[in-house]
Amino acid sequence: MDFALTSEQGLIKDSALRFVADEYGFDKRVALSQTDDGFSREHWRRFADLGWLGMPLPEDRGGFGGTPVETMILMEAFGTGLVLEPFVPTVVLGGTALAYGGNGSAHDALLGEAIEGNKLLTLAYAEPTGRYDPASVRTRARRDGTDFVIDGNKRAVPFGAAADTYVVSVRTSGEADDASGITLLLVDRDAPGVRRRDYRAVDGSRASDVTFEGVRVGADAVLGEVDNGLPLLERTIDAGIGAICAEAVGIMSVMHRVTVEFIKQRKQFGVPIGSFQVLQHRAVDMLIALEQARSMEIYAAMSLTAEAGDSERKRALSAAKVQIARSGRYVGQSAIQLHGGIGMTEEYLIGHYFKRMSVLELAFGDADFHVRRYVALGRTASAAASADRRPAGVAG
Amino acid sequence: MDLTFSPEEIAFGEEVRAFIKAELPADVRAKMQAGIELTKDDYVNWQHKLNSRGWLAPGWPVKYGGTGWDVVKRHIYEQEMALGWTPRQMPFGVAMVAPVIIEFGNDAQREYFLPRILSSEDWWCQGYSEPGAGSDLASLSTKAERDGDHYVVNGQKTWITLAQFADWIFCLVRTDPAARKQSGISFLLIDMKTPGVTVRPIVTIDGGREVNEVYFENVRVPVANLVGREGEGWTYAKFLLEHERNGTAGVAGSSQLLERLNAIANSQRVDGGTLLDDDHFAERIANVEIELTALSYTQLRSLAAEQSGKSPGPESSFIKIKGTEIQQSLTELMMDASGYEAFDPAVHSAAWYYNYRKTSIYAGSNEIQRNIIAKRLLGL
Repeated sequence: MDFALTSEQGLIKDSALRFVADEYGFDKRVALSQTDDGFSREHWRRFADLGWLGMPLPEDRGGFGGTPVETMILMEAFGTGLVLEPFVPTVVLGGTALAYGGNGSAHDALLGEAIEGNKLLTLAYAEPTGRYDPASVRTRARRDGTDFVIDGNKRAVPFGAAADTYVVSVRTSGEADDASGITLLLVDRDAPGVRRRDYRAVDGSRASDVTFEGVRVGADAVLGEVDNGLPLLERTIDAGIGAICAEAVGIMSVMHRVTVEFIKQRKQFGVPIGSFQVLQHRAVDMLIALEQARSMEIYAAMSLTAEAGDSERKRALSAAKVQIARSGRYVGQSAIQLHGGIGMTEEYLIGHYFKRMSVLELAFGDADFHVRRYVALGRTASAAASADRRPAGVAG
Repeated sequence: MDLTFSPEEIAFGEEVRAFIKAELPADVRAKMQAGIELTKDDYVNWQHKLNSRGWLAPGWPVKYGGTGWDVVKRHIYEQEMALGWTPRQMPFGVAMVAPVIIEFGNDAQREYFLPRILSSEDWWCQGYSEPGAGSDLASLSTKAERDGDHYVVNGQKTWITLAQFADWIFCLVRTDPAARKQSGISFLLIDMKTPGVTVRPIVTIDGGREVNEVYFENVRVPVANLVGREGEGWTYAKFLLEHERNGTAGVAGSSQLLERLNAIANSQRVDGGTLLDDDHFAERIANVEIELTALSYTQLRSLAAEQSGKSPGPESSFIKIKGTEIQQSLTELMMDASGYEAFDPAVHSAAWYYNYRKTSIYAGSNEIQRNIIAKRLLGL
């Protein structure tokens, strides 16, 4: 075990932070978030040139053989600048689904296009009635010969307008909430029968609600196995959780730093308000929340790296998401509070970090959802094994 | 960055478990699991076993009897020791006074005291707080006046953990009443058998007799028992406190509390199942367990930084805050889990809850820790 970055990882971190420093000044970001795409295709080209788009993906799939640690390094840096480019949808979600569920050369080719920066991907899993549960799938795909015909609705698809290809979870058998009977299908954004309602989300990112009406895809659209897509979907979502945990730590670190600087400068009653013990203690509690989140960011990356069983990995990622969501909420709310009125204004940066953080708190399931998943998986584990109740992540 | 345990580290964990299995007496294990107070012999016998194996003082330099383990191995060791229900390692000798003697003492002190700590001949206690000097420790007034080759000590120390077992006490005393607060303080080692030393128990709200008052009345202490230089005791005390705080995170101890909590909850019958089947209660446990997982990595990160050359700094303060908050949450849940059984003193679960209120007060209250972090880490 070693917490230090390798020299290559250090270089990745430096170049990501340099990118943020050069391209993500506050005004530049606001302007970029108001363009049609909501991100920069030029930046995306640079991501491809720097090798970031294939970085965490396995070499035998055309990636550069990095690990979730490299994703973590990039995402934490992206978080510090509220980077808008669709790295998570394309590389982490689309990339994971294709890398671990790809069936044949056409899928490898699509992943290759994504790694080169020519194709954008995204994941369409959430449904209007399912909240965060990936097994709650009412979107149906019925067989017609060797084809599948898809009908249903997906909600909050990240960058649905820009993504060329969607990974869509559909029900190919069973009932709405069954764990089995789920299949992941690749669907082109422009396929006949795909309709979208695009919107600019509360954090400035882009999302779409997507309706599928008689959308026809061939057997070559299947990722993983027919009717057994849930494990692949969960693995994909867990990779997404790991990535946004790191982004959240980047965000929290900025909120904390900016807040501490602010209370050193802001004077009331003739003194900097940071001289007041009640504010000092809150700033310290923000730091503790941040450091606890940072530990779980690392733990999440580690759990995605380890060759652990699915259930162990899921439980670890749930633990990480609970901590990140709780820490993020505390740090964000405190940042606004300690800034006072200026923290409420759209023209000041802290609110933008706060809003992005709030979206990440909910994405892929909020703290309530994940603490329940954590408990449920723990019960299954202790029923299966004997009563080995060590907390997750403890040695031995 | 490599975040997995190496095969060697995994094997080491197995080695520690095998040692515990072979050496820990069944009755001591049973007492530990039931939360019953151990006797001095229980502690000392276990220390002898650890010492025979060379594992009593992992943190010491190897030449004095340390193990040379890196932080990960120490983490594994502490974790296994806690999960194996071994007696808590008393920190006062091995982890508190010894590092100060090693760092700031002289050769004669190292040669005399360190082997006696390893052999458990000497049980140590800590004399810091006074009735008038709690959070404001530097205002302490126990005085040591020079008289030839001796200091004459007069005053009162309080909250002395297990002084009733102790052979020696390390004390902060005022040697220069004229000097500014911190600069007149010295670090003195006092034999508890010296005439004029009196120990009186303080019964705490949990009914336990863990802490004591220690009175000094014209106690003659050889000047040879001064550690380092006269008037520099505050520096040594801060050094010790920062080491202590990393220990007070109690990650391993919390894993033990968590196991006890689960056992209690599992023993409570509710609606045909146990309290662990109650979603709300299970989620309360899970929330603390997750914080504990995070803290175990926070502590590892801090220790790794320390290993790579940084001394334990103010980071140890927030580990103390979070660690004690977790301990308090766990003991609170232990009482809650017990339901009506908690009313019965023989069940101990309320006693744990009462007793653990101390953790956010001792070793520098959590409010003082926040002041330290605000000043030294955040520059406020």
